[in-house]
Amino acid sequence: MSTISIDTLAIGDSLPERAHTPTNVSLFLYNAAIWNAHRIHYDESYSVNVEGHPGVVIDGPLQGDWLAQTVINWLGESGSMVELEYSNRRASHLGDTVYSGGKVTAVDKESHRVEIDIFVKNEAGDVLSPGHAVVQLDQ
Amino acid sequence: MSELISDDARAWIGKSAPPERLEVNRSDIVKYSIATEQQQEKYLNGDEAPPMFLFGLLRPVGRMETLTPDGLVPDSFVPELPLKRVMAGGTKMQLHRAVKPGEVLVAKKSLQDMFEKNGSTGPLIFVVYELKVETEAGEPILTEHQTRIFR
Repeated sequence: MSTISIDTLAIGDSLPERAHTPTNVSLFLYNAAIWNAHRIHYDESYSVNVEGHPGVVIDGPLQGDWLAQTVINWLGESGSMVELEYSNRRASHLGDTVYSGGKVTAVDKESHRVEIDIFVKNEAGDVLSPGHAVVQLDQ
Repeated sequence: MSELISDDARAWIGKSAPPERLEVNRSDIVKYSIATEQQQEKYLNGDEAPPMFLFGLLRPVGRMETLTPDGLVPDSFVPELPLKRVMAGGTKMQLHRAVKPGEVLVAKKSLQDMFEKNGSTGPLIFVVYELKVETEAGEPILTEHQTRIFR
């Protein structure tokens, strides 16, 4: 993890992309950790036949965590994420690989605030969860 | 357009739930961090909670006999709505500072807005909650506007 400096940041800079391929095991552990027994996240026949999803649904807030990680893993100890906003627009399902990433949209050299657009997208490039974060760099 | 949201349901806008006291445990942070494949040691060791950890901490915990057939804990802080399936809609959070193990937090939740939209699969009701999480001494930790979608 490198140090982020306000002096070298520019609008349009990309944050590292990361691939996420949840498995039955990782989805189980996530839902256990957040104490969520909603059957759409582990019971395929229930998810498909009762709630009408194409498969086991990857939690929207898990995508939210990946968006947060895009920012905090890039930022490291150089500052703090002070705002995080996202929408779960489209679902993803067990078996999908999705990608998280982001791009710097504003750099304020006086306040040391940086704004970032973040996304989770599918393999076709469709954005599933767009988001926005504000980072306060240490001065 | 307000065909789905009754006047009784609409009267919930502005209501507050009783404050909830939450203890932050290191082992819960470690489990969450492993499950979400965090990449920083401070999270994986439980020395600090990742920003989205509070989402799980704030979820309702219901006894087995209260769970509905879909596996969910019935949310008592929601009005009677004609649409019953719930999805996460998104969030807008102000993160005032990081959470550490051993802290005791107080969460205050209010229902801030409710509106209808027509989605590609039919009508949807959006319910927006405001969450304020602070320490017992009143230091702000998180202010969040969370949207749940009923379909």
